[in-house]
Amino acid sequence: MSAKRSNEPFLWALFSAGGVVAALLMPILLFLYGLAFPLGWLKPPDYERTLRLVGHPVTRLVLFVFCSLPLFHWAHRFRFTLYDGLQIKHLNEVINILCYGGAIVGTLLAGYLLWNLP
Amino acid sequence: MKPPPVYTEYHPKWYRTRVSTYWWSRSWAYLKFILRELTSIFVAYFVVITLLQIRALKQGPQSYAQFQEWLRMPLPVVLNAVSLLFVLFHTITWFNLAPRAMPVRIGGKRIADPWIAAPNYVAWLAISVLVAWLLLRG
Repeated sequence: MSAKRSNEPFLWALFSAGGVVAALLMPILLFLYGLAFPLGWLKPPDYERTLRLVGHPVTRLVLFVFCSLPLFHWAHRFRFTLYDGLQIKHLNEVINILCYGGAIVGTLLAGYLLWNLP
Repeated sequence: MKPPPVYTEYHPKWYRTRVSTYWWSRSWAYLKFILRELTSIFVAYFVVITLLQIRALKQGPQSYAQFQEWLRMPLPVVLNAVSLLFVLFHTITWFNLAPRAMPVRIGGKRIADPWIAAPNYVAWLAISVLVAWLLLRG
């Protein structure tokens, strides 16, 4: 028996947490910023107010979580989409690096941007 | 004499019936599964848009206005509309799975599924209203 521990439970926990965050927050934000504001259905907050809103420590934290966890959710689910949908399991090392690497890069980027917000 | 079989790590040569790459197109249940799996791409897409939005905000009023202008172009609008459908599909399938992921028993009896899914929908509504209120007031 190999004593190698699996990362799978930890990655699954991230997947699951990201799924919850995306499920709760994404529809409203996508609706407002993706459709309602660009199409002029509703009036968006102006630059100053947006900056004040986003600059608030609680908002920064929420946005950091909102960017990071859903990326890990994507990484985990997309990995299995590629395995099952396209049956390319033999590429799994490349896929792992691209998926989780992408999520880590996105997390760092989110941290950098939100930390340095004026 | 036949040469000995060559084994590779991920392709052991035991017998398997070949499954078509398009196996998911055979029934609605399979298709629904694949659509649900694909929602993750749209989730990631909107995170990227959010990061670009924050970057524009950080760079100043001009960059921010430019980004809002870009969001008004046909391509992002169409992408966002499609993404919204997929993200809603994610939300609904996610909440409806909750009762199966964590069945709750009280007094040895399993609570009916809707009672476990319902609080998720209530939380979703409450959070959506809060976000909309924060962004739309005054």
